[in-house]
Amino acid sequence: MRADLAVLGAGPAGANAALAAASAGLSVALIDENGAAGGQVWRAPCGRDGPADADRRAGDALRRRLAASSVIHLASATAWLIDHDGCWRIDLVREGEAHCLEAEALVIATGAHERVVPFPGWTLPGVIGLAGAAILLKANGVRPGRRTVVAGCGPLLALVAAKILALGGEVAAVIDLASRAEWLAALPALAARPDLLARGAAWRARLAAARVPVLHRHAVLAAEGAERVTQVRVGPVDAEGRPLRGAPAVVFAADSLAVGHGLVPDTAATRLLRLPHRHEPMSGWVAVRDRNLAAPKPRLWLAGEVGGIGGAAVAELQGRLAGLAAARALGRLEDGAWRSAAAPLERRLARAGRAARAMARMMRPRPAMVAAIPTDTVICRCEDVTRAMIEEAIAAGARELNQLKQWTRCGMGPCQGRMCGEAAAGLLAPHAGGIAAVAPWTGRPPLRPIAADDVLGRFDYDDIPIPAPAPP
Amino acid sequence: MGAMGQKAGTATAGGVVITVDGVSLAATAGQSVAAALIAAGVTTLRRSPGAGAPRGAFCLMGACQECTVLIDGRPARACLTPVRAGLAVTLGGPMT
Repeated sequence: MRADLAVLGAGPAGANAALAAASAGLSVALIDENGAAGGQVWRAPCGRDGPADADRRAGDALRRRLAASSVIHLASATAWLIDHDGCWRIDLVREGEAHCLEAEALVIATGAHERVVPFPGWTLPGVIGLAGAAILLKANGVRPGRRTVVAGCGPLLALVAAKILALGGEVAAVIDLASRAEWLAALPALAARPDLLARGAAWRARLAAARVPVLHRHAVLAAEGAERVTQVRVGPVDAEGRPLRGAPAVVFAADSLAVGHGLVPDTAATRLLRLPHRHEPMSGWVAVRDRNLAAPKPRLWLAGEVGGIGGAAVAELQGRLAGLAAARALGRLEDGAWRSAAAPLERRLARAGRAARAMARMMRPRPAMVAAIPTDTVICRCEDVTRAMIEEAIAAGARELNQLKQWTRCGMGPCQGRMCGEAAAGLLAPHAGGIAAVAPWTGRPPLRPIAADDVLGRFDYDDIPIPAPAPP
Repeated sequence: MGAMGQKAGTATAGGVVITVDGVSLAATAGQSVAAALIAAGVTTLRRSPGAGAPRGAFCLMGACQECTVLIDGRPARACLTPVRAGLAVTLGGPMT
């Protein structure tokens, strides 16, 4: 397969990069592991028809535009290796078949996944991510359980709780890291987005009408149960999410817990390419890009949250800019035409930035929460590595994330450190002279677990040539 | 496994039947397999390889790999696999 431009990720950033480049005349291949475009935020609904909300309408419009465009959408495709050798080469598996896509230019728009700061019991069945709960509710019409505690931070709290009520479920409580004052302080920045304000107000009204307890400045201390969560222990915290010592805990009976502490840029692809990364207080580790979204490799642009948490509106604009930049670099868009197309997008991006920064602040990493994780808590879910095991490695001299991985297997499992990386780095940081010294994991192929026989292809052992034996 | 939590057992447009360890389960075509399992109250999908602790779907967006089960005999993430009629899920997963 060949294309002028390959785009990795079909969320708001990637899909809009593909559309912008295609309308400038580029042949574009858009790769995504989901069955439909839209990313996590504009997910396609399944057969169960709920009322269409703003995200759903934005996603439906995007999917219609993609279907009407010349973009080749490689859905349900898992990219597992990216390389540059004169051109970009992306190895992927789709429906059990291996393919290699070659392209002159590449846009990486891999988005973000959820941050859940580990707590005792977070591995119990019935505990799911808050963004995961939003997907479950919005795209599938399914509730996390009969009675759910909704916990963490940011605008997803009210969205998830309101959707649970709308589907006939019970919300035991909403547990918000932020105080009411923090929400009020964020309001002026959101004035530019009356759509978001109105949605947030509607969700909160629904919670108030259902008399759902909302505990501000509280956090989950533990999820408890044997085979699945049966109760959730919560307690008051300080502004940084640190549990207050000696404060009484509150226990809620619940068969499910939706919990999320913000978003983590998915930098697996940019780390695999050995691109520079830096640690930002509001986003964590991000891939470095210049003001035109270009990365320091030939014809490579980074759009959306891989370069910093900013939300769907920012991602969409960055995607369009990256697509235009690719068209210009490949000579399909003259400088004048590029400038007149890009300038209004850049102005809108500057305006969208303020609301995005206010939301990113609500969902920022909170190092004090990581520092307060109890000793026996599992940090690396894949390999069952506890904080105690990590502390033991640190006591023995581990100072850097890759070293910790080699010593403890933390981050070595199927998720490749996506779930534990930030917490593990946070535990190392005080011993290593700060988070910057810890370094993110070195990216390794495959980007996702793949079946070896998918990559090897079909062959007969009899067809393998056997070299003649060496002369005696 | 009872039809608990969700109206998974009621006939809806797109309603199909899948099997989980050989037991029939009503689901909705296009829904993710992970969602269909949660709707039916099937929350423990596998055991962790180290401690043997129960695990279920967690991130629901393809990142954590916790919901990896055998789907029609092949390891696959339940959260990224759409339900279709006759699909066979084997719990336990390839990593236990």
